[in-house]
Amino acid sequence: MAPPAASQRYPSPSQPSGKSEVSDLKTQLRQLAGSRAPGVDDSKRDLYKKVISYMTIGIDVSSVFGEMVMCSATSDIVLKKMCYLYVGNYAKGNPDLSLLTINFLQRDCKDEDPMIRGLALRSLCSLRVPNLVEYLVGPLGSGLKDNNSYVRTIAVTGVLKLYHISPSTCIDADFPATLKSLMLHDSDAQVVANCLSALQEIWSLEASHSEEACREKESLLSKPVIYYFLNRIKEFNEWAQCLILELAVKYVPSDSNDIFDIMNLLEDRLQHANGAVVLATVKVFLQLTLSMTDVHQQVYERIKSPLLTLVSSGSPEQSYAILSHLHLLVVRAPFIFAADYKHFYCQYNEPSYVKKLKLEMLTAVANESNTYEIVTELCEYAANVDIAIARESIRAVGKIALQQYDVNAIVDRLLQFLEMEKDYVTAETLVLVKDLLRKYPQWSHDCISVVGGISSKNIQEPKAKAALIWMLGEYAQDMSDAPYVLENLIENWEEEHSAEVRLHLLTAAMKCFFKRAPETQKALGTALAAGIADFHQDVHDRALFYYRVLQYDVHVAERVVSPPKQAVSVFADTQSSEIKDRVFDEFNSLSVIYQKPSYMFTDKEHRGPFEFSDEVGNISITPEASSDIVPAQQYEANDKDLLLGIDEKDENKGVSNNNGSAYTAPSLESSSNITSQMQELAISGPATSATTPQSFGFDDLFGLGLSTAPAPTPSPPLLKLNARAALDPGAFQQKWRQLPISLTQECSVNPQGIAALTVPQSLIKHMQSHSIHCIASGGQSPNFKFFFFAQKESEPSNYLTECIINTSSAKAQIKVKADEQSTCQAFTTVFETALSKFGMP
Amino acid sequence: MMISQFFVLSQRGDNIVFRDYRAEVPKGSTETFFRKVKFWKEDGNAEAPPIFNVDGVNYFHVKVVGLYFVATTRVNVSPSLVLELLQRIARVIKDYLGVLNEDSFRKNFVLVYELLDEVIDFGYVQTTSTEVLKSYIFNEPIVVSPARLQPIDPAAIFTQGAKRMPGTAVTKSVVANDPGGRRREEIFVDIIEKISVTFSSSGYILTSEIDGTIQMKSYLSGNPEIRLALNEDLNIGRGGRSVYDYRSSSGSGVILDDCNFHESVRLDSFDSDRTLSLVPPDGEFPVMNYRMTQEFKPPFHVNTLIEEAGRLKAEVIIKIRAEFPSDIIANTITVQMPLPNYTSRASFELEPGAAGQRTDFKESNKMLEWNLKKIVGGGEHTLRAKLTFSQEFHGNITKEAGPVSMTFTIPMYNVSKLQVKYLQIAKKSSSYNPYRWVRYVTQANSYVARI
Repeated sequence: MAPPAASQRYPSPSQPSGKSEVSDLKTQLRQLAGSRAPGVDDSKRDLYKKVISYMTIGIDVSSVFGEMVMCSATSDIVLKKMCYLYVGNYAKGNPDLSLLTINFLQRDCKDEDPMIRGLALRSLCSLRVPNLVEYLVGPLGSGLKDNNSYVRTIAVTGVLKLYHISPSTCIDADFPATLKSLMLHDSDAQVVANCLSALQEIWSLEASHSEEACREKESLLSKPVIYYFLNRIKEFNEWAQCLILELAVKYVPSDSNDIFDIMNLLEDRLQHANGAVVLATVKVFLQLTLSMTDVHQQVYERIKSPLLTLVSSGSPEQSYAILSHLHLLVVRAPFIFAADYKHFYCQYNEPSYVKKLKLEMLTAVANESNTYEIVTELCEYAANVDIAIARESIRAVGKIALQQYDVNAIVDRLLQFLEMEKDYVTAETLVLVKDLLRKYPQWSHDCISVVGGISSKNIQEPKAKAALIWMLGEYAQDMSDAPYVLENLIENWEEEHSAEVRLHLLTAAMKCFFKRAPETQKALGTALAAGIADFHQDVHDRALFYYRVLQYDVHVAERVVSPPKQAVSVFADTQSSEIKDRVFDEFNSLSVIYQKPSYMFTDKEHRGPFEFSDEVGNISITPEASSDIVPAQQYEANDKDLLLGIDEKDENKGVSNNNGSAYTAPSLESSSNITSQMQELAISGPATSATTPQSFGFDDLFGLGLSTAPAPTPSPPLLKLNARAALDPGAFQQKWRQLPISLTQECSVNPQGIAALTVPQSLIKHMQSHSIHCIASGGQSPNFKFFFFAQKESEPSNYLTECIINTSSAKAQIKVKADEQSTCQAFTTVFETALSKFGMP
Repeated sequence: MMISQFFVLSQRGDNIVFRDYRAEVPKGSTETFFRKVKFWKEDGNAEAPPIFNVDGVNYFHVKVVGLYFVATTRVNVSPSLVLELLQRIARVIKDYLGVLNEDSFRKNFVLVYELLDEVIDFGYVQTTSTEVLKSYIFNEPIVVSPARLQPIDPAAIFTQGAKRMPGTAVTKSVVANDPGGRRREEIFVDIIEKISVTFSSSGYILTSEIDGTIQMKSYLSGNPEIRLALNEDLNIGRGGRSVYDYRSSSGSGVILDDCNFHESVRLDSFDSDRTLSLVPPDGEFPVMNYRMTQEFKPPFHVNTLIEEAGRLKAEVIIKIRAEFPSDIIANTITVQMPLPNYTSRASFELEPGAAGQRTDFKESNKMLEWNLKKIVGGGEHTLRAKLTFSQEFHGNITKEAGPVSMTFTIPMYNVSKLQVKYLQIAKKSSSYNPYRWVRYVTQANSYVARI
């Protein structure tokens, strides 16, 4: 059989639009439509293939829609499939014509061959034409009840398709409920898996306006459902296993037994050959054990080997995805991987995106015991033919030097780089030497003697040139020819294209002048003149400023331009720890690849199951709606962040205490640490009792809004809250991380309040009426957890509150963090008063 | 969890197949993708990473036989899931087409669409099992003859395909029948080991690793159960926690650092007698992947000398010695070495009587290249190259050249000593005796000698 368009072997989109070919096809299809001649199916197949080949390469063949449909009356399943493919592609653009196909698709949905029933149903649901949805409900309903699992699988996804075309039709037909029952009872694993993905999507979208959907979505995370899936996880194919594991990540275990049960159930998933299954399992393990420091570290140990195996067993692309995750783990817990540094050596033929990751990992794991080997290896790469990687390697050496205490040997290596006399090597090294000198001024002597030997003529890159000039200015007294080198550079002012370099020249000339005035005076004069005449605004301004300050008083100028310097102890990290934590929360997602949290690269509606705060985002924009939504995972994720912060601290502690082998740190110790910290905080916070008459007074003030009422003594400042305050969830999280706990308090909740808590939303509504807004909530009886925020009426000063209510003890634990410490007490009083009224008529 | 589109592009950027599952990515994604990959320059990398984001659309791609397999999505999905899926789609298509290349793709695109419809529905993966898919696929493949392949020589088979994923067991479709009508009952088990070794300039081994795969391709009808017995002295996890330890064989046991298994593999008796049992699904799949850093004897010893010979000249001598038995023959050996930037000419001198060897100096990237058709175990070969420089060199010439890297394939040889002791097929009848092929091959992944 001839390939499509046999005459022109590989048609490309750049060729003519193919109009004549299309009209040709049209005629031929017409001729065949009515024919019953033997072999007609074969001719049809050829024609159909041509049509689909045109479609693929982008030629518009929608004009033969009618003919294609006419020809589709056939029992040949290959023909049918091609026809379905075609119809699916063009139906949206031709809703009127699509109506033609409905008939035969509906008929096929009742065919006795389950294959045809399934295919027809799939095509019917893929038409994506809104005014045809009425025809979908019937076939979908019977499809879900079909005795063939293939048809059911397709019907389940069909429901999801219908939901995307017309949510109301889907909901009105009560399909979600049917799916739920199928999910829990169907014997076919793929049907069950499709139900799960369809329901997750439908309920997440519905949750924004339906309390019921919200509850349903949460119910997917209930213990029985989670165990229903986990217990039979091996019945599912590898892709569905990933789906289940992603669900399990969001589950909040009830206790540590629960955690260990799940981990035991999933242990052998770590030996799966599919990297996606392994990473999803790893995520479950990491998230489950976040609050158990020692187990968490054992998890790191456990997952190391399987991940390394995956790195080396797949294609370079697959390795890259796994390696990105390892990279994240290595950067988080370098000491756990310190002994495995050889795995991160670059291989000769690896793509540069892999090498780059590995270099960063080598930098991260470098410690006292392995630095020598690592730096030796990196120095080999510095001579690499791949210049980009050579540069990265040199930077890596520099970074290691900046993070080590014993830099002696490394400085030597760096200085050897300068002797290699390769332009880019010299350029990179100069920048590093400059940074090193800022941190370790004690090395200036060795460095300067080498740097002094470099001819500035060989350095073209602005960054390197600027670094050299900085050193000339800073160490003018130690470099005998500094004034002359600067003078040379200044004479070529016109040829210097980089403003950065010109700025550095001005400053260096000044510094040199203060140290060696007679030799520099002339050059400085030239530089200032050229600078003042410079077209670049910053250069001009700086030159003018120097000129005036010199005119005013040379000593003042020296104090301004060249004050005694303190060594830089730590260079600022480019990424905040908050961002790193966010990325860790989004393990096994693109966030890890891009090394940034999803809100930075995805639109809200596409953040997927990992993102929790987009829903919260909706709340804060429309506070009225907030009472409807209590997604459990919001609380969970927020909570995790908090735990994470503590966790990391502990890990770091482990490093310093135990010199790199901290896995054995007993959890008891660390958890008691945390609690004792909390106790301290609780004690340090000024004690207030929950039911002082004063606070009632306050509440009256608020309730009545009487600003004339006298303030009680000793007067905490009057606090008015903004009823329509808004705070975006990201900002909330960030603040929650940054601010210290101002107050910790325990108070009782009245019995009516506890009773009312059976519907947690009611508390949210109640607090909102007191201008305290809920940003996230969750938990199950007896423990409910809420995060609230409030804002001062007059100024954007925030109060963040975590409130855990235990219904069996009728106690509430409150933690308050505030932008403004002085009014924190007042706010707490307001909060408690509001809480104490909860449940009262 | 879901993808929006899947497409395959040729090296020139033409669409070969294109499927849009969710209609949420704007038109023109194929062009956007191709432009981005072709002209990638970000962060100093010359090569586009497998995943990138353009205007909120995430593009994933893997390269298989020179074609781009691409998926797009707007959702924050699991990256390894999508990359694994793309790789798997390529494998399924290959199972059906027999040979995977642009030509077979174009001839069979209807079959490919048929497969894609069953593999993914509305962006969600349904199945990638060649076996399961069989009942949904009705098109018959148009078989493309594999180019220049000598089917009798197993080595030729092994050298087909991409460097990193070798071992195309056979090139016939899982659905096509043999010309004779009946299918031949046979099963292929390939033990493929990719080795990475770095030698220091003084010849010591700095790092070494074996990444192995036991790959299977079954054409057995009726899905009989198979038992695969490995070395009894096999240990997993360094530290020898197994009962077998070093008792009998003074440390000669095979110690794997780690391994993983295909989901069809049952490990019931693995701990006691190192036997894997499985019902092999149709198509090609890895039974087991393993990783090993235990010391092994590198198959080749490389010795490089670079000497200045005057102000504008230098001489390079590369000597390679095959350290494996003489009944083993390595083939398609390539030795490469970057020369100093200012090298303007290189003239080569091979040993007298050298046959099947080619030398080349690639002016564009200053690369010395030496190809050898085969090397018999125990053999030794030398290359001398006289270099001429366009400018005087300064400093250390060894810092300007090297390292020497090698690629090779050694059939019927494996460095790890991991073995398939026997391959047992559950018998259907006494006359049932299918062909069993157990083959070994060792390939260089990264084989580098510093100078």
